[in-house]
Amino acid sequence: MGSHSKDGLESFVKIPTIKFTKLFINGEFVDSISGNTFETIDPRTGEVIARIAEGDKEDVDLAVKAARHAFDDGQWPRISGAERAKRMMKFADLIDQNVEELAALDTIDAGKLFSMGKTVDIPHAASVIRYYAGAADKIHGEVLKMSNAFHGYTLREPIGVVGHIIPWNFPSTLFFLKVGPALAAGCTMIVKPAEQTPLSALYYAHLAKLAGIPDGVLNIITGFGPTAGAAISSHMDIDAVNFTGSTEVGRIVMKAAAESNLKVVSLELGGKSPLIIFDDADVDMAAQLALNGVLHNKGEICVASSRLFVQEGIYEKLVEKLVEKAKAWVVGDPFDPKVQHGPQVDKQQFEKILSYIEHGKKEGATLLTGGKPLGEKGYYIEPTIFAEVKEDMLIAKDEIFGPVLALAKFKTIDEAIKRANSTRYGLAAGIVTKDLNVANTVSRSIRAGTIWINCYFAFDNDCPVGGYKMSGFGRDFGLEALHKYFQVKSVVTPIYNSPWL
Amino acid sequence: MSEVPIKPSVEIKYTKLLIDGKFVDAASGKTFQTLDPRTGEVIANVAEGDAEDINRAVAAARKAFDEGPWPKMTAYARQKILLRFADLLEQHNDELAALEVWDNGKPYEQAATVEVPMLIRLMRYYAGWADKIHGLTVPADGPFHMQTLHEPIGVAGGIIPWNFPLLMFAWKVGPALACGNTLVLKPAEQTPLTALFAAKLLHEAGLPPGVLNVIPGYGPTAGAALASHMDVDKLAFTGSTETGKIVLELATKSNLKPVSLELGGKSPFIVCEDADIDKAVELAHYALFFNQGQCCCAGSRTFVHESIYDKFVEKAKQRALKRSVGDPFKEGIEQGPQIDTEQFNKILKYIKSGVESGATLESGGERLGDKGYYIKPTVFSNVKDDMLIAKDEIFGPVQTILKFKDLDEVIRRANDTHYGLAAGIFSQNVDTINTLTRALRVGTVWVNCYNLYDAAIPFGGYKMSGHGREKGEYSLENYLQVKAVCTPLVNPAWL
Repeated sequence: MGSHSKDGLESFVKIPTIKFTKLFINGEFVDSISGNTFETIDPRTGEVIARIAEGDKEDVDLAVKAARHAFDDGQWPRISGAERAKRMMKFADLIDQNVEELAALDTIDAGKLFSMGKTVDIPHAASVIRYYAGAADKIHGEVLKMSNAFHGYTLREPIGVVGHIIPWNFPSTLFFLKVGPALAAGCTMIVKPAEQTPLSALYYAHLAKLAGIPDGVLNIITGFGPTAGAAISSHMDIDAVNFTGSTEVGRIVMKAAAESNLKVVSLELGGKSPLIIFDDADVDMAAQLALNGVLHNKGEICVASSRLFVQEGIYEKLVEKLVEKAKAWVVGDPFDPKVQHGPQVDKQQFEKILSYIEHGKKEGATLLTGGKPLGEKGYYIEPTIFAEVKEDMLIAKDEIFGPVLALAKFKTIDEAIKRANSTRYGLAAGIVTKDLNVANTVSRSIRAGTIWINCYFAFDNDCPVGGYKMSGFGRDFGLEALHKYFQVKSVVTPIYNSPWL
Repeated sequence: MSEVPIKPSVEIKYTKLLIDGKFVDAASGKTFQTLDPRTGEVIANVAEGDAEDINRAVAAARKAFDEGPWPKMTAYARQKILLRFADLLEQHNDELAALEVWDNGKPYEQAATVEVPMLIRLMRYYAGWADKIHGLTVPADGPFHMQTLHEPIGVAGGIIPWNFPLLMFAWKVGPALACGNTLVLKPAEQTPLTALFAAKLLHEAGLPPGVLNVIPGYGPTAGAALASHMDVDKLAFTGSTETGKIVLELATKSNLKPVSLELGGKSPFIVCEDADIDKAVELAHYALFFNQGQCCCAGSRTFVHESIYDKFVEKAKQRALKRSVGDPFKEGIEQGPQIDTEQFNKILKYIKSGVESGATLESGGERLGDKGYYIKPTVFSNVKDDMLIAKDEIFGPVQTILKFKDLDEVIRRANDTHYGLAAGIFSQNVDTINTLTRALRVGTVWVNCYNLYDAAIPFGGYKMSGHGREKGEYSLENYLQVKAVCTPLVNPAWL
């Protein structure tokens, strides 16, 4: 059982003043047309933080009009990449200047660790926009080798008006992973943050304006998926939609895109990523990696290593170490610097995870530690480890999105590969071994978008991340991410008397 | 000029060698003078670097590369230093411009509103590359994993000229540092001041000691020592073709260090028969006279179609007569003095040869005033291909206008030179432009424009104008080594 930080709840109730609660359309904060608002909840207590404007189809329409005008007639796509970069760099500087407030917003909205927000997540968000600012003036097409007397070249043109539907688990990081490349490319956009976590997105809109991002380029419609999100996916005047969230909703988004105007879709969905530990692994390092892999951000991360495969030679030792570390893991108020994970994001997730835990028990997996909620208030769950998990169990197949690990033993490398791949997902995988051939063979055999060898969560701004199979398609991070925001146009003209062809 | 030259309001703070993060005297204690080209008077005494100083600088750069933090810090950290440098340059924009003008003689407005901002732009451009330098993974013909690492090449040497001191600083320092290398820079003896100031600001931005070392001095001493140093991994030289040959030879004879050369030119500016004559005259004038004619890519052979030749010449003459020449610190001046006595005398000699070889002197043709190195904007018409003024790089305010009849002829004549740096085309006709663009053996073709130096566009020469490219993604190649890494795979799932 993980320990609960008792001091937490009382001494760390630091709710910053909520300054921005309205929709951001065409450079102004406005109420929704309906006048409706919804509550955003503090998962530490289940209490209301603030009421936020609830956008629906009519508000999305207004935002699209503004974005369309900003793209078709406005300056954003018409200024140079270097000029866009300048404003994006200013945006990054403004983020740096407001780190604590932004981190606090994500903490109270999503239950994320405040210390991590201050030192990692928010500075990282600034680095993401800097990365793409640096790319804005480096977007190259190609001059082609035509096999006839023609001069041909490709231009990479901004795709136009983009819709971004982002989730609640990394509100700041995901905001900039989408907004960064889209801005660099010269697109305009409508962002629909998750209803659980609207606060930091609205603050970023305010900073964007201060940074000189013109009105209409970045619009924010807070609201719900089936209303605002659906309006974006099926809008006839949005050129591309970018969704990060569950596989189930990803399907809905793609369907709506197909049924409306065949807008370009990219999806970054769920995962059930395997971490495979071979006999030659260092037990302590591997156990730590495995624990972090499933508990980081309270398990609310798409690439969580939620299936652990341990080779038989190291099994007993590793599992012992793993359980020992899990029992020492501190769960509590995310403002408390001693705490290692905070509450799950909301009641719905909390109940879903507990239900999976019950399934695990019923299906006959062995519960090694955890399995229960923590405390009376809020949505805290203990680090939970199930052993002897069979492939066909629900806890081995479904994405739980919580601090629940499914563990199994394996014998041979081929078996590990086979079992790692037997999932409808394909987002990430981890391999722990010192053997070069094992590392190379397994990394090329696992059908997943990111393979971490002797590390996990080793993200980098230059390294693309995305899914195979039902984990989605399209990439975030890296220069690859820019592709989602471009059209490739070929231009051809005849040439006469060229001295070379 | 006989007016009293305007005193620049900038203090000269840095006149010593910059080695390992510190300003030091030359090992010999010697100094040399840097002169104000408006008067020939001394601006300052600057430490004179020689072989021993180059040795010390290379040693510092080597230590900084092999042992220091620079190559080992993350690309993001390097980027932040370069971005902070750009911010500092911005804060000191006018100071840098004034120093540049004092040392070089170019119009102040040009320096303050175009060149220093361009320097800043370039540093930001290269900062953006720092964390995006990619190698490749490549398909193998068998079960092998193959990848290429693009590694910093090590200790680079840069020898830069006096015509665009700050921009030339940026073209070397930007990519070299963005790729994680260390550098020893030898600025031209005519213009050492801004390189030292800029380097100081780079250190203020957090650059670790030894990463950038600046050794002012002369070519045959400091320059030669750098080119022949056994511990310099790469040399980049910008200057005359003549000196470029010497540099290449020294590099080859010492340790075979790779060399990129950005040399002279005698670039054709071709005005086709459909040209708007007024616009063509203005652009051709700018293409030649910009920066006192001291541009490697100056449009120094103006080919005009016979059907508009006479009109063109008359307008070109009038335009040259209107060109305002004087103290570059004075507002509205288009042309300042030439850089020094040597260039000044050389240009006057070419003018004399032009007259003697029978070209028609339309305007200028002589010195302006009795102090400093001012030359009147000079236009020659009826120039023939075999005249010296049509073949040699003059590097001064001397426009030569030649007549042509048809496209094939002008292509042949434009290409009939050992140089191949740039060309300008003035036409609206798509086919003419496409044909000329492909036929001209030059590194840059400017169509209906000239001297466009955006950060992302590569620049460099064909033939004896040099080899290698600067700016754009291309410049990174100069400062990277490619390491191929291969390892066998066991039962790969795909190939």
